[in-house]
Amino acid sequence: MSGKKKRPVSRKETTALSLLCFGLIIGFWCLASYGRWVDEIFLPTPTAVLGRIVEMAKDGSLWANCRESISRVMIGWIWSVLIALPMGMLMANSKRVSAFVQPIIEFARYLPVVALVPLTLLYLGIEETQKYTIIFLGTFFQLVLMVCDTVSSVDRNMINAALTLGAGRFQVYREVIFPAALPGLMDDFRLTVGWAWTYLVVAEMVAASNGLGFMILRSQRYLATDTIFAGLLLIGLIGLITDWLFRLLSRAVAPWQERLGDKK
Amino acid sequence: MSGNEKLRVRALGRVYGEGAQAVTALQDVDLTVRESEFVMIVGPSGCGKTTLINIIGGLDEQTSGEVLLDGKPVCAPGADRGMVFQGYSLFPWLTVQKNVEFGLKMKKVPAAERAQRAKEYIDLVGLGGFENALPRQLSGGMKQRAAIARTLANEPEVLLMDEPFGALDAQTRVVMQELLAGISRKKHPTILFITHDIDEAVLLGDRIYVMSRRPGTIRDVIEVDIPGERNHHSLVRPEFIAVKEKIMEMLWQESMDAASGR
Repeated sequence: MSGKKKRPVSRKETTALSLLCFGLIIGFWCLASYGRWVDEIFLPTPTAVLGRIVEMAKDGSLWANCRESISRVMIGWIWSVLIALPMGMLMANSKRVSAFVQPIIEFARYLPVVALVPLTLLYLGIEETQKYTIIFLGTFFQLVLMVCDTVSSVDRNMINAALTLGAGRFQVYREVIFPAALPGLMDDFRLTVGWAWTYLVVAEMVAASNGLGFMILRSQRYLATDTIFAGLLLIGLIGLITDWLFRLLSRAVAPWQERLGDKK
Repeated sequence: MSGNEKLRVRALGRVYGEGAQAVTALQDVDLTVRESEFVMIVGPSGCGKTTLINIIGGLDEQTSGEVLLDGKPVCAPGADRGMVFQGYSLFPWLTVQKNVEFGLKMKKVPAAERAQRAKEYIDLVGLGGFENALPRQLSGGMKQRAAIARTLANEPEVLLMDEPFGALDAQTRVVMQELLAGISRKKHPTILFITHDIDEAVLLGDRIYVMSRRPGTIRDVIEVDIPGERNHHSLVRPEFIAVKEKIMEMLWQESMDAASGR
């Protein structure tokens, strides 16, 4: 027990603290770049980076690159969700299925995706499918295990209650296990979509002619640090927005869920 | 209460594990529940009561013996044996109304009939006005009322209750016991109820099976032949105390045996 009573933190205060952290980093960036502590080749000024973003927005490459990247992430990730979801649910509820696939998934999970890139290039060339595959490989094996874990943690008593109320096997999945696991699944999805962005950059760095990852890699060749920073900033922003959308979505699909930190 | 035999458990045994590690949880359990009868099983914790009721409910499997419902053996869980658990196990994403409708929905009862039947049982357990509440908005006692309504609305042949009031505070428990006694008088369901609380067993039961532990088996049966309405006043009546004393003596003996034997 700590001696001091914890003061509740208001919403205003948490927002202020979050903004302060960003502010400090940007402030430091301003000092370091405008103050010429660091050479412009290594650290461009905020105005240079913003200028770059405006420029790209004007010539249309900003939207084109963002659109390409977002669609690659979403397609690769959605495939991963579509297969991982039923498979994870089956694994959680059948010892046989689990015994059959779990070892190979655990094995595949440890293979670094970057090490699989040469094979995907060999098999799939440099088409879009190759990029989807990289993102799929990067997220799928983790997601299956996460889904399995989330589904396994559904209260056994709830399943028993449904069974003694006359629910069949399929009804138990649809009416109990899925809704009960939904909040946890939404968290799993939110985490893996973040990883998908990491693998997107991997995919675009090897063989692409557009996308944010490609943009960053090409800029390195020309020492266009401002464009690299612009790319990083954009990926970070898209990440923040995605995360926020997922939180909204979780609330929308599982409003019954009691969350830690929710104040009533 | 002198109805036909509804539920019959015959020479039931349950062994966990194999060989040297084998643990006998239940051995030669025999019991009968007649139609509309309120039967209690009382026993110390660890005597296998929950294992027994889970096997009857089809949630666990026996290693020997059989469970007969209306003379037919049962093994898988089904709507004919409704269960009420200590942990309520309501579906937190469904309102009280939808929770109570759940079993009927599984049976594909039309929506209008479903809603009406659910309403009837929600009123029966005194939850009228809370139809649209979510489980997390209810107190423990109210949650258990909802769970009881959910099981009753399904109109099972037998109602299996596994220490349903064990998690409630003492006052709420008495209120719930009276509620259940009232439902039993009005609707005459067939109930098999498990508890470690002797007061509860005497207050509610027409007949009480006393279990012993390790291996769990039926030690004795006591008929509680006390006419009239049972409520919290009954607890201090001499005839109740006499029955209670008898059970306490048995369980006392039981724990003495256990202490000296092992």
